[in-house]
Amino acid sequence: MENKGLNKVDLIFEKIDPKEVLTKAYKISPDAIIQQILDSGLKGRGGAGFPTGLKWKYTAAVKEPDKYVVCNADEGEPGTFKDREILDRVAYKVYGGMVIAGKAIGAKKGIVYLRGEYRFLLPQLMKELDSFHKMIKQIGYDFNISYCMGSGAYICGEESALFESIEGGRGEPRNKPPYPTTSGVFNKPTSINNVETLVTAMMILTHGPESYSQLGTKDSRGSKVFSISGDTPTPGIFELELGMSVQEFVNEFGDGDTKAVQVGGASGFCVPRKKFGNTIIGFEGVPTGGSMKLFNSSRSMYNVLHNYLDFFAEESCGQCTPCRVGCQQLLKGVEKVKKGEVKSTYLNELMKLADTMKVASKCGLGQSVGNAFRTIVENFREEIIY
Amino acid sequence: MYQLGNLVKELSDKHGRARESLMPILQGIVEKHNYLTDEAMVEVAKELDISAAEVYGTASFYTFLDTQVRGKYVIRVCKTITCSMKGKGEIIQTLEDMLKIKVGETTSDRQFSLIETNCIGWCHKAPAMLINEMPYTELTPEKVVEIIKGYMQKK
Repeated sequence: MENKGLNKVDLIFEKIDPKEVLTKAYKISPDAIIQQILDSGLKGRGGAGFPTGLKWKYTAAVKEPDKYVVCNADEGEPGTFKDREILDRVAYKVYGGMVIAGKAIGAKKGIVYLRGEYRFLLPQLMKELDSFHKMIKQIGYDFNISYCMGSGAYICGEESALFESIEGGRGEPRNKPPYPTTSGVFNKPTSINNVETLVTAMMILTHGPESYSQLGTKDSRGSKVFSISGDTPTPGIFELELGMSVQEFVNEFGDGDTKAVQVGGASGFCVPRKKFGNTIIGFEGVPTGGSMKLFNSSRSMYNVLHNYLDFFAEESCGQCTPCRVGCQQLLKGVEKVKKGEVKSTYLNELMKLADTMKVASKCGLGQSVGNAFRTIVENFREEIIY
Repeated sequence: MYQLGNLVKELSDKHGRARESLMPILQGIVEKHNYLTDEAMVEVAKELDISAAEVYGTASFYTFLDTQVRGKYVIRVCKTITCSMKGKGEIIQTLEDMLKIKVGETTSDRQFSLIETNCIGWCHKAPAMLINEMPYTELTPEKVVEIIKGYMQKK
């Protein structure tokens, strides 16, 4: 198990001259851009971790004049707030990443889907977009970016639900396949990338894939922006090299009494103290879209689990039965166990339900409810029961 | 109830009348009137030449496209875990005492609505709330009183 330790990095928020990078990108072929992203080893930064270079390659391969680059800024995972910070501080790099993606896949249109909760940022973002459009036109790019606002629905962070929302419908996920690379927004080939992924792509073009791929581990290349909250003396945004253990993370950010870290938000995994040392934060261990919540020994893990289940029961789109009913039953189930209305072994039944949801749910929401459920119940069973 | 006037027409001229114009149009109505009345949704359906059920179906999916009466200032207090741990309960209590309403209700003068919402992305500065689109973070009961007083004077 490769362990790189805890190292702070400054790539995402690093000041660069976008015109210089985009001029350089203008002169190289789409294939060469894709190759650089493939070489870098970059995986999507929204949480699911699909290799970005492959996504671009597949979208580029589809013969169709009308394609889209969609920036997923529907950052709704509890505990994640890095995309807001990135848009607030370096929006030009997000736009730059979209232009580069557009060139790579052969798209002329980009859409940023911004969550409704971040609407207050819009005036400033539009202003920056105006000057950005002028700048890329000077270089010679034929690419236009527009904004589409969300209206408060966690599920719209799921790519196909997000497309439905852009098209003016209920944000209900589609069946896959077809995948977005062949049929995305308006049923056109679409590369949908997270805010941070697009910025990272721009930084790979800036510094070269070799220097980027030296960061991180074999399975988790590069660095990542972490959103750190909960019981920590230093909550906030930190960019760290991937490949540290949870223990190293806790040594830096904990309050000295950390009993658990929830990695990856409500849809992620709970790591208890006894596993801090041998759990790596990354795709080889616990993956994360950036959400890191620390809990100290004063916190009830029942409350944490209950809060997450309540969140999912509300945010499930209700389209497929395993997720709609499953979320509600898990919530009711832990309440019954806590009140002593059923035996504690009922938790085993709920665990089976969570497993069923993993295989039977239509999208990532229902499939990942079991992550937090299983890891919290397994590691803190007595706190759920008593 | 509110008078729609030419708003739906103006918004449709601005955003277009295609299906994908629906969300921006509904968002535009909410921005101005805080919630969607049945009449407003029927008007939008006519303008876009789609069924009113389609409009309602879309609107009712999104928590920010309210289809029930909301005040001029909609206060959304984050209830997700970090805000809960860092004193959300006190914030709600302060707001309820000050506005004399419970969570989910609107003041009789239609100025304020108080609701709870899921994570709004300010966990590092919890507890947090939105008033319409403006975020307020690192809240304390004292801070909340000041903020609400400010809005009361705005009326």
